[in-house]
Amino acid sequence: MEKWSLMAITVLLALTVRWTVSLGSYSGAGKPPMYGDYEAQRHWQEVTYNLPIRQWYFNTSDNNLLYWGLDYPPLTAYHSLLCAYIAKLINPDWIALHTSRGYESQPHKLFMRTTVFVADLLIYIPAVIFYCFSLKETSTKKKASICALCILLYPGLILIDHGHFQYPLSLGFALWGVLALSYDWDLLGSVAFCLALNYKQMELYHSLPFFCYLLGKCFKKGLKGKGLVLLIKITGTVVVSFAVCWLPFCTDMEQIMQVLRRLFPIDRGLFEACMFSSPPPRLANIWCSLSVLIKIKNIVSPQTQLKLSFAVTFLSLLPTCIKLTVQPSLRGFKFALVSCALSFFLFSFQVHEKSILLVSVPVCLIINEIPFMATWFLLVSTFSMLPLLLKDGLLLAYAVTTPAFLSLCGASFSILDKTSAEDLQLKPFSLSMKGYVSWFKSFPKIVRSLFLLSVTLMGVLSLVCAAAHPPQRLPDLFPVSVSVISCLHFLLFLVYFNVVILWDSKNSRSQKKIS
Amino acid sequence: SAARAMAAGGRSWFRALALGVSFLKCLLIPAYYSTDFEVHRNWLAITHNLPLSQWYYEATSEWTLDYPPFFAWFEYALSHVAKYFDPKMLVIENLNYTSRATVFFQRFSVIFTDILFIYAVRECCRCVNGKRAAKDILEKPTFILAVLLLWNFGLLIVDHIHFQYNGFLFGLMLLSVARLCQKRYLEGAFLFAILLHFKHIYIYVAPAYGIYLLRSYCFTANNADGSVKWRSFSLLHVTLLGLIVCLVSALSLGPFIVLGQLPQIISRLFPFKRGLCHAYWAPNFWALYNAMDKVLTIFGLKCNFLDPTKIPKASMTGGLVQEFQHTVLPSVTPLATLICTFISILPSVFCLWFKPQGPRGFLQCLVLCALSSFMFGWHVHEKAILLAILPLSLLSVQRAKDASIYLILTTTGHFSLFPLLFTPPELPIKILLMLLFTVYSFSSLKSLFRRERPLLNWLETIYLIQLAPLEIFCELIFPLTPWKRHFPFVPLLLTSVYCALGIAYAWLKLYVSVLTERISVRQKAE
Repeated sequence: MEKWSLMAITVLLALTVRWTVSLGSYSGAGKPPMYGDYEAQRHWQEVTYNLPIRQWYFNTSDNNLLYWGLDYPPLTAYHSLLCAYIAKLINPDWIALHTSRGYESQPHKLFMRTTVFVADLLIYIPAVIFYCFSLKETSTKKKASICALCILLYPGLILIDHGHFQYPLSLGFALWGVLALSYDWDLLGSVAFCLALNYKQMELYHSLPFFCYLLGKCFKKGLKGKGLVLLIKITGTVVVSFAVCWLPFCTDMEQIMQVLRRLFPIDRGLFEACMFSSPPPRLANIWCSLSVLIKIKNIVSPQTQLKLSFAVTFLSLLPTCIKLTVQPSLRGFKFALVSCALSFFLFSFQVHEKSILLVSVPVCLIINEIPFMATWFLLVSTFSMLPLLLKDGLLLAYAVTTPAFLSLCGASFSILDKTSAEDLQLKPFSLSMKGYVSWFKSFPKIVRSLFLLSVTLMGVLSLVCAAAHPPQRLPDLFPVSVSVISCLHFLLFLVYFNVVILWDSKNSRSQKKIS
Repeated sequence: SAARAMAAGGRSWFRALALGVSFLKCLLIPAYYSTDFEVHRNWLAITHNLPLSQWYYEATSEWTLDYPPFFAWFEYALSHVAKYFDPKMLVIENLNYTSRATVFFQRFSVIFTDILFIYAVRECCRCVNGKRAAKDILEKPTFILAVLLLWNFGLLIVDHIHFQYNGFLFGLMLLSVARLCQKRYLEGAFLFAILLHFKHIYIYVAPAYGIYLLRSYCFTANNADGSVKWRSFSLLHVTLLGLIVCLVSALSLGPFIVLGQLPQIISRLFPFKRGLCHAYWAPNFWALYNAMDKVLTIFGLKCNFLDPTKIPKASMTGGLVQEFQHTVLPSVTPLATLICTFISILPSVFCLWFKPQGPRGFLQCLVLCALSSFMFGWHVHEKAILLAILPLSLLSVQRAKDASIYLILTTTGHFSLFPLLFTPPELPIKILLMLLFTVYSFSSLKSLFRRERPLLNWLETIYLIQLAPLEIFCELIFPLTPWKRHFPFVPLLLTSVYCALGIAYAWLKLYVSVLTERISVRQKAE
């Protein structure tokens, strides 16, 4: 079959799965007074349509910031405005100021689902398709489609976007950025990433690899000649794209400061999403997991918490970033995206469990290089969101898409046969360790059994979470065990990715020596 | 070991395809379901609570039991699992009861019984000769056949969205076909007899089975020119066949004959009181006939040939009512449709007898029987087109000529199923699944027969492409126009008439190709 018809089938399959998932429930369905992310998005449409831009981020009598106040950058607001105009055409009640609060109906759900579907179809999916065609290893027609199918059927993103309710635009733009950089279109890549950043401030997780890669590229060209020109060009592009995005807010300084305060509410308390608030800790973050053992909040003051988390995040990022700046390579860039985002997820503050998607999407990009580890990580990341998905009533979709993804990856990459050190890109590491460790011979076997053990554990725990009631004395037992298990996995993955990144140079150097 | 590895590879892709489509079916659980859902819930309740003697008399719900006894027994067996899900669904008076557990149970029962279909598809794939073995797994006829059957669009939406149990029934049929292809005639006959007592619609294809078994099992040898050798008649084989059919029938109908309920069952199974066409016109000859009647009526009114006062009101305003009253053309009686069906089936059956071509001839005759009865039958459902599409899949991967007929028939046949799903959330699903299946069938068959001339000529291509604007008009543009209130039936009318043209064309093309085909020398020797 032809390349394009295979890809068309892949995309159609991915779209079908997305739409069938969207038939299910969404975040906060029928749960007054606050509802959930679905209502947040609808509320933003209401606010942006009815209020002048000056009032979007301010607390006024028409804009109660405590009820889903806008706390994403301007592009999100513009997107909401665009959706609001379409909503107005179909049914003005959907976005009527004040009266539409908590509006829920079948046609409205259909409309909201369609907006996500269209956003996915226009931004995220094309990026994935072009990315898969751009891969060198997938020059054969079949491979590109298989790769695209695996990426597009990653259950975490489907469940959150089309089930829980979220727009895949920021991740889509970031993907366009990676795509542009892989074609050496540095300016276009910077524009795309600026768009991503201006859609969701969480994209900051990816900013360091982008920054270090481009900086390293400038260094490589020589800071006195071409490199400097490139650096100036990139800086200019970034400044201009930011200015364009923020133009309506540039009327006075107070506007900008207020938006920034809304985006980074540092005073809101550091671990709000997880351990000390009344809802059970659901986050597979290191602080939340530690809080099971030690009550950090009781020991350390909020200011120290901030400093502590900042210091740990910074330290965990440092090696990767230095490495990428010194030796910028596309492969290193992709791995750095993963490891930096993972560091942020594990160690920084004010993290949401959905933020794991910021790690998962870069992992999807390297699924053809390390199929085994990527599949494993993607499964764990979906599993880590299980409590959230259960709360949203997405159990069926989770229970179907996750095993489907596992069997798809298992069938298309035959992952269980690819557990040797070489397949895991650990050859340089194992060579340097040869003198010290003797168990490397049975390494593939160990890894395989660990994987099977982990998958079984996740399966059993998912089953228990869905079916059993927790003991009365420990009502949060299941969510906590999900997050602790996922956190342990993520820590190991962080170590693994850092090892791959840091030992990469030795590999290339030794190859050079041989040649 | 290489052969074993290949076999293992073969198994693994088949498993992946089956698993994948099962996952998709599970995702469709929350989708819309039609009144057939309540029909089957009601049958569960009837068979669970009442004694055998009242199964075919119970009429609390309007959806009375109107399938043969084996299906009733099937529901009876299911009901004993259902009680662990939600016993309330087994209360006869609980009309339109749809708890979550009920939905899950019923949907899962369809998905679970589809295992038989999956097994049958695997057996069918074994019957396809692998002469065209390609290096690329995606271009193997067996792989393509497995996708065309397992991922069949019609079966997916009719069973897993609209809600019916066609999967395992077609499984039985395909299994019996596979057994006949493997020359295990008795098994094939046995399976088909069972199938007939599950759902009597399969009686449409019974002539093909009867003649084929008679020709190739009861007569054991042919003359040199391919005609039947009368002396080779085997009394033993006839007796065995008769015994099987009688035993199965006795098992199914026996208890009811003893109770003296046979007339009641027959009146339930063949409700000729229903109209010529189903609520949605199936795209067959009668749809064209009715449309022609409407056109002539309008024409007649314009030219004052007809007296407006004499025209029945319903025929012009109601549109697609069950009882369609013809104004210009003569009304059609059940007997007329029966005769038309019989006449249209006859040539294909003759072909099967006089030009024996082994399993391929049988399949051609089977498809022609199904299509002919679809074209001329009384109160045909649009779903019945699957009866022709699924067996034709087997032929399509073996010859380019059949592949082109298959493409026309599936695309129009599947398109005519669109009105089954009319709820807005299901609109994207049906379009996406249809595109998925159509893109796959076209590109895979094209690559399979890439050495031969193009599968479709320009006229056929234009006809099929026109389906896209038709769909856009019917589902998107028409609801926005003021005609929607006065002529709500127009989209259905357009769809069924347009599809009727394509299906009639495919039927004629298949008939012509079967009738003009010459017996090859190789088969003469057999």
